[in-house]
Amino acid sequence: MAEHYNIVVVGAGPAGLAAAEAALSNGARVAWLDAQATAGGQVWRKDVAHGWPRDAQNVIERVTQHANATWMPQTQVISAESGQLLLQDPSRAWRITYDALILATGARELLLPFPGWTLPGVTGAGGLQALAKQGWPLAGRRVVIAGSGPLLLAAAATAKRHGARVLGIYEQASKTTVQRFARKLWRWPGKSLQAVSLRAQLAGIPYRCGSIVARATGDGALQSIEVDGPHGVERIACDQLAVGYGLVPNVELAHWLGCTMQNEGAHPYVKVDATQCTGVPHIYAAGEVCGIGGRDCAWLEGRIAGLAATGATIDASLLRKQRHARAFASALREHFALDPYIYDLPGPDTLICRCEDVPLHALIDHDDARSAKLATRCGMGACQGRVCGTALAELGRFPRGGLRPPLFPARLATLGELDSPCSQGSFS
Amino acid sequence: MSTVRIKIDGEALDVPAGISVAAAIARVPRPFRRSVKGQARAPFCGMGICFECRVRIDDIAQQRACMAIVCEGMQVITDG
Repeated sequence: MAEHYNIVVVGAGPAGLAAAEAALSNGARVAWLDAQATAGGQVWRKDVAHGWPRDAQNVIERVTQHANATWMPQTQVISAESGQLLLQDPSRAWRITYDALILATGARELLLPFPGWTLPGVTGAGGLQALAKQGWPLAGRRVVIAGSGPLLLAAAATAKRHGARVLGIYEQASKTTVQRFARKLWRWPGKSLQAVSLRAQLAGIPYRCGSIVARATGDGALQSIEVDGPHGVERIACDQLAVGYGLVPNVELAHWLGCTMQNEGAHPYVKVDATQCTGVPHIYAAGEVCGIGGRDCAWLEGRIAGLAATGATIDASLLRKQRHARAFASALREHFALDPYIYDLPGPDTLICRCEDVPLHALIDHDDARSAKLATRCGMGACQGRVCGTALAELGRFPRGGLRPPLFPARLATLGELDSPCSQGSFS
Repeated sequence: MSTVRIKIDGEALDVPAGISVAAAIARVPRPFRRSVKGQARAPFCGMGICFECRVRIDDIAQQRACMAIVCEGMQVITDG
């Protein structure tokens, strides 16, 4: 027998938390789950040394301790069929059913290939932040932060707080566009304050625009990088390189559930109406999965989804705030658009698929994901194309293909719970 | 801060309680795994997406070290 809940929320970041809290306030029995061991998502990830941000801690405690809430940490959705979710945690697999489902699956980093990107010591920018918050040793380490967007500042601040020697922040956008973006910040006072506070925390750390990490080198681990900037190529010796080019929505579950997708650039996001409903009956989506919009937007959309899913009325001011928050995301996208030079960084021998070690030259003759996969194994590894498929889409090669269960690698015992292809009447 | 004792490839190590297995291995340090062509790999995405950090934990293979939290007596085998 599957466990039944009024509302199931997938993802415990700001969108999921707001959705769970809103649904609980309307008397619903709520299950909320996340792949991570603690709630908060990426942006509110608990820091082993410093705890949660204060606002996050308050809401996490309220939701976790609520009598009608069931918190399922380290839990992933492996499949979904006929109104049921198949879940897996470290010790078991089980099914749950729902009256309404809220997808708050967030985003991952856009990680793009360049020579040396597989070396130990190279991570994402948000990736290094996540690692540091969970105790990754950075004290005294020489760290370079690179890529694009305001996340670089947050990553640098986290690295510094954990004792790293941050050698520099290298932003690919030009100085002119970054300044133009900064001049628009007054429209979002919360963001301005955040920017001022980050600037203060990062005093003394060089922030260089129009600069791209073109290569990482090292013997078995990272030793140095080459940064291509307005004044030529600079070689920097370092222990860690954290490079992220923005965020990409995690749409795998939504896609499998049949939600309508739209594309933002090369990457799909879930289309929703004003109440965050996906168009599939009883399925809502909120936050980054609906297009990268940032923390404030995620929080507001989560609240809207939680209210809508429990049949409550939604205040017009909430919808107005959500639109304003989405406008910030548009401004971000416009000003931090990627320099096409980045797409030319990988050489013929640069590995694109890190799971199966497939170099760029092996992919030249393929113009779709399926053909590349059949001939080279590109995208067949444990990450299921989350890294290489997304990178190839961004590079303008071909869109990521073949999304189907298991949505994450699963244990055999869990797969035993899946409906067989025969019982679904299809071998596709 | 309290500590827990774990073993990484048979070597005992005291680490702060609550840190990830990835952060524990980084204290040794050593490659987390070898790629299909033998390259050393280590955590990359930090959030459970890329699977570069997978190791054997308490006899269960292919666990993401960035998603697991250390606990007393845990046995970690790299490249597992």
